[in-house]
Amino acid sequence: MLSPSTTKVEKPLILSLRGMTKHFGPVIAADAIDLDLQRGEVLALLGENGAGKTTLMNMLFGQYTPDAGSVHVFNEDGQETVLPSGQPQAAIDARIGMVHQHFTLAENLSVLDNILLGTEALLSARRNRKSARQKLSKLMHDSGLTAPLDTRVRDLTVGERQRVEILKALYRDARILVLDEPTAVLTPQEADMMFASIRAMVDDGLSVIFISHKLHEVLAFSDRIAVLRHGCKTGEMNTKDADTSSIIRMMVGADHEAPTRVHGIPKQPILNLANVNTKPSKGGQGLQDVNLTVHAGEIVGVAGVSGNGQSAFAGLISGLVQPTTGHVSVNDQVIQKLTPKVMLNAGVGRIPEDRHHDGIVSNMSVAENLVIERLDKPDVQQNGFLRKASIADNARNLTQNYDVRGPGINARSALLSGGNIQKLILARVLETNPDLILANQPTRGLDFKAASDVSLRLFEARDRGAGVILISEDLDEVLSLADRILVMHDGQLTETDSRDRTVIGLAMAGGEQQ
Amino acid sequence: MMQITPKENQSQWVSSGIPIIAAVLALLLAAIPLAFAGAPILEAYGHMIKGVFGSLFNFTEMLTRATPLIFTGLAAAIAFRAKLWNIGGEGQFYLGAMAAVWVGTGMIDGPPALMIPLVLFVGAFAGGLGMLGPAILKTRFGADEVVTSLLLNFIILIFVQMMLEGPLKDPMGLGWPQSEPIVDNAVLPQLITRMRLHAGFVLAIGTAIIAYIILAMTVWGFKIRAVGENAAAAKHAGIGVNRTYLAVAMASGALAGMAGVSEVAGLKGYLTADLSAGFGYTGIVVAMLAGLSPLGVILASLYVASVFVGADSMSRAIGVSSFIADLIVSMSLICVLLGGFFARFNLTFAKKQVDTK
Repeated sequence: MLSPSTTKVEKPLILSLRGMTKHFGPVIAADAIDLDLQRGEVLALLGENGAGKTTLMNMLFGQYTPDAGSVHVFNEDGQETVLPSGQPQAAIDARIGMVHQHFTLAENLSVLDNILLGTEALLSARRNRKSARQKLSKLMHDSGLTAPLDTRVRDLTVGERQRVEILKALYRDARILVLDEPTAVLTPQEADMMFASIRAMVDDGLSVIFISHKLHEVLAFSDRIAVLRHGCKTGEMNTKDADTSSIIRMMVGADHEAPTRVHGIPKQPILNLANVNTKPSKGGQGLQDVNLTVHAGEIVGVAGVSGNGQSAFAGLISGLVQPTTGHVSVNDQVIQKLTPKVMLNAGVGRIPEDRHHDGIVSNMSVAENLVIERLDKPDVQQNGFLRKASIADNARNLTQNYDVRGPGINARSALLSGGNIQKLILARVLETNPDLILANQPTRGLDFKAASDVSLRLFEARDRGAGVILISEDLDEVLSLADRILVMHDGQLTETDSRDRTVIGLAMAGGEQQ
Repeated sequence: MMQITPKENQSQWVSSGIPIIAAVLALLLAAIPLAFAGAPILEAYGHMIKGVFGSLFNFTEMLTRATPLIFTGLAAAIAFRAKLWNIGGEGQFYLGAMAAVWVGTGMIDGPPALMIPLVLFVGAFAGGLGMLGPAILKTRFGADEVVTSLLLNFIILIFVQMMLEGPLKDPMGLGWPQSEPIVDNAVLPQLITRMRLHAGFVLAIGTAIIAYIILAMTVWGFKIRAVGENAAAAKHAGIGVNRTYLAVAMASGALAGMAGVSEVAGLKGYLTADLSAGFGYTGIVVAMLAGLSPLGVILASLYVASVFVGADSMSRAIGVSSFIADLIVSMSLICVLLGGFFARFNLTFAKKQVDTK
């Protein structure tokens, strides 16, 4: 409970979570969490990965049934209702709206259809679109969140899709809006626009719970901050009294220093792309006339909003995408046909963007995943037979050196947490001392400790003399790791000398650099 | 409201015990159709058991029946491990048998030490080619191998009938559509005198052990498992995914082809268009019952063969239809699939209650 002395004006309560507890097997994902939300405030929910933020919100929204605890909502008159647990419909009826981190839109339907989806009776004879439009245009006018109602969602930009998601919740008369990492895919400018609109609605009485990893957003946008760690609430404070270090202390339990960057010393060129074009890849742009040289001993950061060619770029360096024109050379050798095997043998280590999908075979053991890229090496096989003892030794060494924690080297790697899976992949990539390392979103979804481990390893590899390409949507990460910064927009790579968020943000949105 | 949630940690004992429980359960459930058929249930079970274990002859008949199932079960298991859905075991069975007949009915003759490996190799190779086609269509054009390999079964069977009415027809066969008999030197030897059990059974057991060793201990087996579990990650890690599919297709087809060779050169001696009692399809059931494990395939084959042989014996003794065997095998598969589901997921029923203060 918030003590009255900490806030000047106590606004009326609108939502109260009491003693929310959820176990998953032996793991306590949420341990008796109390959380209050007042009318007309933005509450930021912060915590490392696995701290229980999403579990808590899923219990609020009825997607999980809590083991203990209850959700209380209050109407305008202060009348209290306890929501039945495990029923999303009850949450919707209580006017709680949730915007998930991953969009839940039907790409082939229009914006209007997407918003109306689920609000109309299945068997109603006539669709009352006129009143729906009226309500929506009023909503858009009041909130400042606009979207073209008759355009199909697949033709929208990411920022527009985000607005549609929020409009969808507002159309259902949400009084409480839960935003799960809403800016993960937005440019800084798009994020600012979204925050401004939401701020206006909050002033009109909307209440918002806002989950984020980005501290500067939380400090700029929220009224109050609640911090979770290991399923417990470890702190709650007004944003105006908070600063970065005090928040991080609550999140990780100790003072934490982000690794500080010492500028790398570039040496000989390792990778050269000359006028490379590719086809579009995975729904994103193809590369257009990309020229790039990466030297040994430097980290080249590629910033940009996803879908602008990053997956074609990463696919190219990984050997999964062929250039249609232009050529790729590694260590002054032009690579004729790019395959993963060829790139591996040329000394390229790859940390894939989607570590579960491309990084590991989750039903195979930790030990097996650690050698999957080196099956032809003499310490892994002899005459086609796997050298089990040597593979196990390798796994014991690597899990110890890279601090990969889990149920053991013979356990399925699916049982590892996200951070430990990433450490497994790092161990596999770095133990071969690659000349070039492609790190695609290497810290996405990792908590502070795991993320700074990854950063330190990349610095180490750079200082040993490897060239590193870092692709990240997190501008903070690029700024803190990269020696050189490139911006990817519309399949083109542009180098920027600036380290200013606004300048880089503009370039990410395709604007001219000033 | 019903909710399905994955179990956090499933025990090894539960997952390996499921097929056994399912098999027993299916046998018990067979009492229901038996009762509907008006048969004395205990007596019927007695006849089934006697039909399998009642005499040495009965027991060897069961092993003889299991022999082609081990091969076709392995064919399905090894392909499914790579998530290559070979439904064409039936066609590959006939390709193998036809190739064995082609070289083994007088085209070449030599000592058994030459002829037996030769018919086995030629049959296996023909079966392998039968699956290579669908695999090439899959890797080149993305054609679904479930459809292509399944439809190929019918094409091959009609082709076999055509050959049996034409070039392969036995001129001494009194007009029946059957091939000439395999030469004596290419016939798989009997294991016990006056019993039909032949060397194909030993070969099948040996093949299952080799398949186990390949999957568990070799680089190739590693690649098959990696491709089957996560083809995207395997590709990213530099494993030739398409090459693995083609090699697995060849191996899987070859195993089904060997089933055909074993039946034609070990049991029947000549090829007819009804050589297979659906062994290609039953092999899929065997592989599923075995949880795609090569050694499990041996046990699953023995079980399925026992059910078929036992039910035959029961139907002769008390006059219920031997289709009961198909029913038991089908129920076993359903029980295994359901059992696997309950081993992996928790079902919870949430009470609907609304309390307002």
